[in-house]
Amino acid sequence: MSWRETFRTALEAVRTHRLRSALTMLGILIGITAVVLTVGIGDGARADVQASINQLGTNILVVSPGSSTTSTGTRGGFGTASTLTMQDAAALGQRTVAPDVQTVAPVASSNAELVRGSTNWTTTLQGTTPNWSVVRSRTVSSGRFITAADQNNVNAVVVLGPDTATQLFGGGSALGQTVTDNGVKLEVIGVLQPLSSSEQTSNNDLAIVPQSTYAQKLVGGVNRNSVSNIYVKAPSSGALSAAYQETDALLLNTHRISTPTSADFSIATQQSILAASTTVNDTLTVMLAGIAVIALLVGGIGVMNIMLVSVTERYREIGVRKAIGARPGLIRRQFLAEASMLGLAGGILGVLLGLVGAALIPAFTDSNVIVSIPASLGAIVIAIGIGVVFGVYPATRAARLAPIDALRSE
Amino acid sequence: MGADATPVMELVDVTKLYAAGELEVAALAGVSLVIDEGEFVAITGPSGSGKSTLMHILGCLDVPSAGSFHLAGHDVSAFGENLLADVRNLFIGFVFQQFNLLAYLPAWRNVELPLVYAGVSAPERRERALRALERVALADRADHRPGEMSGGQQQRVAIARALVTEPAVILADEPTGNLDSTSTADVLTLLEQLNAEGSTIILITHEHDIAARARRIVEIRDGRVWTPEPASAREPAPAGEVVS
Repeated sequence: MSWRETFRTALEAVRTHRLRSALTMLGILIGITAVVLTVGIGDGARADVQASINQLGTNILVVSPGSSTTSTGTRGGFGTASTLTMQDAAALGQRTVAPDVQTVAPVASSNAELVRGSTNWTTTLQGTTPNWSVVRSRTVSSGRFITAADQNNVNAVVVLGPDTATQLFGGGSALGQTVTDNGVKLEVIGVLQPLSSSEQTSNNDLAIVPQSTYAQKLVGGVNRNSVSNIYVKAPSSGALSAAYQETDALLLNTHRISTPTSADFSIATQQSILAASTTVNDTLTVMLAGIAVIALLVGGIGVMNIMLVSVTERYREIGVRKAIGARPGLIRRQFLAEASMLGLAGGILGVLLGLVGAALIPAFTDSNVIVSIPASLGAIVIAIGIGVVFGVYPATRAARLAPIDALRSE
Repeated sequence: MGADATPVMELVDVTKLYAAGELEVAALAGVSLVIDEGEFVAITGPSGSGKSTLMHILGCLDVPSAGSFHLAGHDVSAFGENLLADVRNLFIGFVFQQFNLLAYLPAWRNVELPLVYAGVSAPERRERALRALERVALADRADHRPGEMSGGQQQRVAIARALVTEPAVILADEPTGNLDSTSTADVLTLLEQLNAEGSTIILITHEHDIAARARRIVEIRDGRVWTPEPASAREPAPAGEVVS
């Protein structure tokens, strides 16, 4: 009896007992759907994190100020101090001091209410230098970005994020128009290219002005040279760690701090941000994978259970087949073929349901689901494997049945 | 099927013991029996006589505890499960009281089943199955499922299934037990006709009027052959290979 005959016979048996086959498949189906979605949600979350970190730019270090301490001794959190200055940024920009730093962009930011006629919109106002567009890998879709001249002349100009422009100007062109912040008129000189697939609205909703304008005309404050962050770009990922050390050493030196542990700033790399978020992800993935494994185990036990029922119910058929010359091995093969077929069908349907789930889940939650082809094929192989593994015992029982006992049963 | 001198089946002093708790019960207590090619033998006896056990041994569904059993010259008493399956497939055609057709297959697919296990190619299987159905006068029912046929027709399909491998022996276990008198007559006539065409037929029954249709009656009582039987004196034939 060839394998083709075996599978044809198995298929007939599966089709004859539709309800039973469907119920068996259901167990596997749920398990496989769980596997596909688990892997998909894990991959999706990882891709989201990766994408949002990549939106910072490539090969970037982010320097943030340390915590502030008031005269009464109350200590604020990280970033509350205003220890970073334009001078720090200028120092980092010197090739001789920090050879592995390619570009530096200091950013001072605060919330601001922009007014245009009767329309107003609150957004993040960022005062920075022309290097920002290089460091953050952003370009303008129309107009131009701020220039060194804007910075030196304290020009009252602004580059708007695409969402900000839409909010203030609707569909119309913003270029050459004027918006007002704190009574200061700013000319719109450019609109940024939107960052696609951005989960973070802050990437598309912002207003950029020259740092000099920010400090001297718009926000002011105690120290007009202080900035919120300094973005440092290394020329390559290989130079990143050297850039990190140079930045660290230089800032410790300029801030006159002898012990690194009492630094009044912190440096984050994309890797450190990524590592922190993937740790959370991995915990979630392990938990989901555990659930998927349990679901598959339950599915497999379901296969075994129903195959045992099937063997009992088909005692007589087994007896007839043995009486007319089926070797025990063939009987076992037939039941294994049935079990693996149920596994295959359950696996395929499970992957399909997983695809449906992957399409639906993002509509109801904000988690992204990525179903990969290797994972889906792997899931189908697992499903067949479960059918075979949990089919071995029932199939062996069927094969061992003595034909006379099998024929006697009513 | 060998020379005329080799009997189709030969049992020498066959015993079969069953464990019943602490006790060993002898279902067969030394049966010697020879069935020659072309015979139509009825094996009869009351229930509990051991005739079912004998039928299982003749059908290679079970092996003797002691004694020898030669089938067409081959000693099958020591065969393993796989060889026994092959022997059943090639040398024996079974007809059961319950018909034992597979309900989800049409008649011709039921008839071709033994050929599937014999490794015959699909086109040849269909052709031989249809020819066997023709021999039982059911060629026009080839595509009907068992549920769509009368008991007599189902039993004729079962006989076609028994015939299809051209076995040395057709072993019919109470083939008319579930049939009305008309169908019983049909089936018996068919068996007689097959015997006339050269098939060796062993009919197991407890009804004397049915046994009477056979050309020889062997009666089993208490695990022994009741009628005088000259077979035990024969030399056992040399064991041979069974071609699978």
